[in-house]
Amino acid sequence: MTLVESTVTELTLKYGKERRQLLPILRGVYEKFHYLSDESMVEVARQLDISSAEVFGKATFYSFLSGSPQGEFVIRICKTIVCDMKNKKLIVDTLENLLKIKMGQTTHNRKFSLCYTNCLGLCHKAPAMLINNEAYTDLTPDKVRQIITSYKNR
Amino acid sequence: MENYITLTIDNREVTVPEGTSILQAAHKAKVNIPTLCYHEDLCVAGNCRICVVEVEGSRTLTASCSTPASNGMVIHTSSPVVRNARKDIIALLVSEHNTQCTTCYRSLNCELQSLAAEYNVDNTRYLSVLKPNIQVDRSSWSIEKDDSKCVRCQRCVRTCSELQHVNAITVAHKGKDMKISTFMDLPLNEVVCVNCGQCVIHCPTGALTERRYYDDIWEAIGDPNKHVVINTAPSVRVALGETLDYPPGQRVTGKMVAAMKKLGFDSVLDTDFTADLTIMEEGSELLLRLKKAFRDKENVALPMISSCSPGWVKYIEHMYPEHLDNLSTCKSPQQMFGTLAKTYYAHKIGVKPEDIVSVSVMPCAAKKYEANRPEMKASGFQDIDAGLTTRELGRMIRQAGIDFGKLEDEKFDSMMGDSSGAAVLFGATGGVMEAALRTVYEIVTGRPVPFKNLNIMAARGLEKIKETSILLKGCKPEWDFLEGVELRVAVAHGLKNARTIMEQIKRNESPYHFIEIMACPGGCIGGGGQPIPTNDAIRKKRIAAIYAEDEGKEIRKSHENPEIVQIYKDFLPEGPLGKKSHKLLHTHYTKRNRY
Ligand code: SF4
Ligand code: SF4
Ligand code: SF4
Ligand code: FES
Ligand code: FES
Repeated sequence: MTLVESTVTELTLKYGKERRQLLPILRGVYEKFHYLSDESMVEVARQLDISSAEVFGKATFYSFLSGSPQGEFVIRICKTIVCDMKNKKLIVDTLENLLKIKMGQTTHNRKFSLCYTNCLGLCHKAPAMLINNEAYTDLTPDKVRQIITSYKNR
Repeated sequence: MENYITLTIDNREVTVPEGTSILQAAHKAKVNIPTLCYHEDLCVAGNCRICVVEVEGSRTLTASCSTPASNGMVIHTSSPVVRNARKDIIALLVSEHNTQCTTCYRSLNCELQSLAAEYNVDNTRYLSVLKPNIQVDRSSWSIEKDDSKCVRCQRCVRTCSELQHVNAITVAHKGKDMKISTFMDLPLNEVVCVNCGQCVIHCPTGALTERRYYDDIWEAIGDPNKHVVINTAPSVRVALGETLDYPPGQRVTGKMVAAMKKLGFDSVLDTDFTADLTIMEEGSELLLRLKKAFRDKENVALPMISSCSPGWVKYIEHMYPEHLDNLSTCKSPQQMFGTLAKTYYAHKIGVKPEDIVSVSVMPCAAKKYEANRPEMKASGFQDIDAGLTTRELGRMIRQAGIDFGKLEDEKFDSMMGDSSGAAVLFGATGGVMEAALRTVYEIVTGRPVPFKNLNIMAARGLEKIKETSILLKGCKPEWDFLEGVELRVAVAHGLKNARTIMEQIKRNESPYHFIEIMACPGGCIGGGGQPIPTNDAIRKKRIAAIYAEDEGKEIRKSHENPEIVQIYKDFLPEGPLGKKSHKLLHTHYTKRNRY
């Protein structure tokens, strides 16, 4: 059994094989591999007995389920208007500068990825970003530097 | 007991059962509300909002297809607010649409085009946001997919899932990036698509169409060195009229033949002839399997399943490759025709097979793919050079400026042009079964099937899965091992229902000996190459026309077709399942990937 097969098998044992378990299973695969490869989507389809196109459709609907390899820590910066007005640009510049990558890219050591996301619902504390499931708000360049340093040391 | 409610639509009172949508209630009140994502074959999606109406007392407009009517509602379907909202929606659709009606295959048969015209939409209202560089997917032999003409109504996705259970296409991404996509956006020829074309006849626009080959046919007709033969499937003659302004259900057989002669085909023959031949071969194959099972107690794959529907064949290759042995090895009538055109026919008329161009007109998109399967070269050449749809033939007749309505009826040319009523039945779900039983029963017992007027009513109609059985009594001596056997048969149409049948076989619980499966709902009369629209009301009319055509035939059993008797005498002397038949009329299948 390949690693993909065993991972999906574990997940279907945990959640069951009904079609409605597709999302938790996809999340599980994502957490393990930091992305959904075509191989993993086919395996999920096979085990749930649904079509691979259906898995692909669901997976591409959710921005948090990336189809390309992501770093261990995915940094998502809100691209919506309030954060924009509160100087999101400065935060993006700081991040790109710290990590030496552009938005949409992943660092060579596969530790960090940078991308945009829609409104995080944290507009009252804009600008905001997410690192994996952790939210960071009222960002300033200094604060961002501290946060990234702490992640680099993890 | 159903509860009824009464409401008012455009000042008309109407009473409907509780749970009826506003749209259906309006139909009942003879009020027409425009729709786009709604299709009577499919579940309600409610995503296009063209069908909005004003409900008094409600703050916002209401989508009529997805809102149940309630008692006392007062509805306006054409007030200025409603019309402006619709106009806005259409204008927005047009703003992201590759509006190229002059060069579009669906022009004059396009729901977006007629809505835009009807609502007098101003195309400068919104800036064009058509995405640049959208590539048309022409990878498949059967289906062409042009996302720049897609209105994202998702009718195709629902079709492929609800009716066909193939799920080759899906809704991918979201918001402005949302599109209809295959797995990983692969080209259609690399995924599980079975080429049935059901998505095409459910698409309101030119986003999904069949691959068209009629220009090649014009070339061939114009080439003096080519002998172009054409053959038409049973279900074409009961639907072609619809593309030429006739009402659904009108038989146009004689005019169709006349038109094809006018178009310049060298010979106008009938797929019905090879449908009769299919019955001879497939019926004999069934009997052989029964003989092995009942007399020789051999292990043989039963139930045997029909193989004339290429969409179904590709479906089983993908989804149930472990059951390919159950599939009859008979080629479809189209492919039998092609092989014979370039052997038997070519020889008889003294034309070199390489100079023959064999064209078929089919109700089907999958036949285009079938014609191009690598194994379909039994004659030494590509057996069928091109498969056209009913729609394409209609188009050619229009292109030639033929006044179809004024044509005098003509008859098919001879040698492969005669057919029995049984062959015509192939066009409707249950028809292959009925035709096969008419012949098989008579081979075994020497008597005609014990049904009034030869009509096997249990095989007819639009029920999802039909089953029946027929007791074999008074068998001829050579078939005495079948004495008292109850031959159990089933018929399924639409791949969703095929799946039910296959799951039963997979569980080893199938009680049947013979099963007919057609990929398209209603059988070929509802095929992916038939006129648009197709819905149950229209399917029923085409089916009625098929049975009328059968009743009108003098010969109603395949084995009594004189040209069939002739071909076995002259060309296939070993009879059905003989060596030559095996080489020319039977085929093998390929295991394919399900994902
Ligand atoms: S799909 Fe309809 S609206 Fe679009 S170009 Fe074709 S005919 Fe015109
Ligand atoms: S391809 Fe046709 S049926 Fe499918 S979503 Fe687009 S317009 Fe609708
Ligand atoms: S042709 Fe048939 S199988 Fe292929 S995408 Fe369309 S509906 Fe699905
Ligand atoms: S706009 Fe950024 S969190 Fe809402
Ligand atoms: S037809 Fe009602 S929302 Fe599309």
